[in-house]
Amino acid sequence: MDLGVKPVSFTSSSASWKSADGVPDQFPAGLRVLVVDDDPTCLRILEKMLKNCLYEVTTCNRAEVALKFLRDNKNGYDIVISDVHMPDMDGFKLLEHVGLEMDLPVIMMSADDSKNVVMKGVTHGACDYLIKPVRMEALKNIWQHVVRKKKHEWKEKDFEQSGSVDEVERQHKPPEDVDYSSSANEGNWKNSKKRKDEEDEAEERDDSSTLKKPRVVWSVELHQQFVTAVNQLGIDKAVPKKILELMNVPGLTRENVASHLQKYRLYLRRLSGVSQHQNGLGSSFMGPPDAPFGPMSSLSGVDLQALAASGQLPPQSLATIQAAALGRAATKSAIPVPLIDQRNIFSFENPKLRFLDGQQQQNNNSKQVSLLHGIPTNMDSKQLATLHQSAQSFGSMNMHVHSQASQSNSLLTQMVQPPSRAQILNEINGSHALNLPSSAGQPVLSQAVPNAVLGQNGIENVRRPAFTSVSQPSTVVDFSRSQSTEFPENSFSLNRTQDWRLQDVRSTFEAQQHSNGRGSLDVSSSVLIQQQFSSNQKSGQNRIPPVRKAAFSVADGLGNTSNIGQQLSSSLVDNPSRIKAERLPDMGFQNGLFSEHFGQEDLMTAILKQQQGGMEPIENEFGFDGYHLDNLPV
Amino acid sequence: MEGHQLQHQAACMRKALFDQGYLDDQFLQLEDLEDEANPNFVEEVVKLYYSDSARFIRNIELTLDKNPFDFEKLDDIMHQFKGSSSSIGAKKLKTECTQFQEYCKIGNFEGCMRTFQEVKQEHAVLKKKLESYFQVFLLVHVYNCVYVCVDVHFVTN
Repeated sequence: MDLGVKPVSFTSSSASWKSADGVPDQFPAGLRVLVVDDDPTCLRILEKMLKNCLYEVTTCNRAEVALKFLRDNKNGYDIVISDVHMPDMDGFKLLEHVGLEMDLPVIMMSADDSKNVVMKGVTHGACDYLIKPVRMEALKNIWQHVVRKKKHEWKEKDFEQSGSVDEVERQHKPPEDVDYSSSANEGNWKNSKKRKDEEDEAEERDDSSTLKKPRVVWSVELHQQFVTAVNQLGIDKAVPKKILELMNVPGLTRENVASHLQKYRLYLRRLSGVSQHQNGLGSSFMGPPDAPFGPMSSLSGVDLQALAASGQLPPQSLATIQAAALGRAATKSAIPVPLIDQRNIFSFENPKLRFLDGQQQQNNNSKQVSLLHGIPTNMDSKQLATLHQSAQSFGSMNMHVHSQASQSNSLLTQMVQPPSRAQILNEINGSHALNLPSSAGQPVLSQAVPNAVLGQNGIENVRRPAFTSVSQPSTVVDFSRSQSTEFPENSFSLNRTQDWRLQDVRSTFEAQQHSNGRGSLDVSSSVLIQQQFSSNQKSGQNRIPPVRKAAFSVADGLGNTSNIGQQLSSSLVDNPSRIKAERLPDMGFQNGLFSEHFGQEDLMTAILKQQQGGMEPIENEFGFDGYHLDNLPV
Repeated sequence: MEGHQLQHQAACMRKALFDQGYLDDQFLQLEDLEDEANPNFVEEVVKLYYSDSARFIRNIELTLDKNPFDFEKLDDIMHQFKGSSSSIGAKKLKTECTQFQEYCKIGNFEGCMRTFQEVKQEHAVLKKKLESYFQVFLLVHVYNCVYVCVDVHFVTN
């Protein structure tokens, strides 16, 4: 039997294989498979087939038993194959558990080959779906799912660790803790980064001597430069060497660029894949708040690129978003959400809204579409001013991007059309708090923000932290508490409106990062996202209601059931804002906004939907710690 | 000779099972799984299937007796039965199961009853055919063993 070719470049996985089963050279032989099927005939046949593939097989006929096996021996299995239809537990439920608790690849099986069941498998996170009767050929290649997953994890680690490039960039940045108001985001980001750096630097030194590639943290600026270079070359012609030359970043290697490019491509591909998926499902579960996502989901990576390339999209913001997105993508899977978030921003920024039409077509909620598109297109000067304000404040607050001012200016320049822009900019520059007038544009913004936030959070926490969050409702509460302690640095998040998405996500994300092990912020964020995500999963095709329920439950956990929208936004975003008095108006606005217009759950739903495509959380290193709903204009 | 005749008979039976649509490719998959360690794997699986599938038949009968008719449950049981049957390559049986499910979906009780009889019959017929087939194969195997032993005896003597 053909055992398959051992992945040559997959050194880390080999290493992990070594630790796992001690027979790396024979991979995929020795792959430890857990098969769950209540039908004894099928089970016996599968067992024999897998044994003929030289895999190590463990069988069980009940899902509960399977979970027990998995829990008792967390690292004892590489992959799980489960039947969909089982008497004691639905196969999809088992799939969720395994994904959340053990994060193993799960293959679903069923005699049912109807599209909706297969789709359910996909949306619940199954890495493959086999139709019974299962053939030997189908089982021979299941090792690819293990490799793929490990590879993603490895790359994620790679990105999480600080690299020389990042350090170089940090030197250019102003001192971290100096000015929160103007560089809170950056400071915050830096803080989070610093912590990570402190933790990882030692590791990195060691790692540099190992086979591992030098870790490069793709910060916002770096990714921005990367995207600029790619756009200059054209996505099809962008080769790592040329990109490297264009970027001209000392310490960056061709390999770094190559792997980042690969991820970026996957990201774009997934984006278009998700957007197709989203489009199909958009009408069913995208409510009004989904307007931003509707259009976004319909955007393909090409559109994004086109937008960016056309200059309508501030390359910096795009880069920022993409950087975050890619960073997250490294963790688990592609990150459609960040891209979507980016699109939102772009859509806002792009008065032409090329996808406007597409969105409107795809989006059942015309109101939302108009709102969303209204920002750049229909917004009056007042709205635009608002938009600019947010953008401006974002720009001025730009956390870890050194060219904050230039960024914000460029963002505003690109986004802002009205002549009052300069005035607005001045105004914004002078104030930290976001004083966005309540206008039609704002709802859209708020939509975007929560979506972005959720997206970011969700992306990050789509898979892994879920179980933590689900099983630790107390963390949600902690989240709100910890936020007060952890977000002083995140004041910037409030002040940013323009790239609120970026900022919010960043700050939210950062909050999450901070809370990882430090607080419960990210856990709560993850809880929020995760719960929503889980409920999304559970709901199968009917997504909106479960998400709302999740949102509600989360809100409940936060202690306020009366205004879940507020709660959600608060928990996700407002917490940082609570810390600062100046944010109060924003919070009020946000709450009002959410409850009035969309309801966070809808937004979250949208985000989660986006995320279900397998989005990855955005890495802090990308500097996306400033995404907050706070920045929604009131 | 006898051994060859037995083998020939076994081969013919096998061919007929495929030609007449009782078995499909999945059965070949099972045969491919046989090796020295598991020389009777196919027979073992078929036996396992028949000892297990009786409960499906029984459950469907019980559900058909109930009032009101629970088509969803019937469909559910049949779905599992079909999955199990398909895993041994029972082609005709699988078709009847699908037909039964069709009737369930449209809520046609009579259609269900009628098709269920077909299902039961196919289930029983296949069992007999496979039993005969395995018996012949066993004889062939036994004969070959004996024959080899005889040969060896001849050689050594």
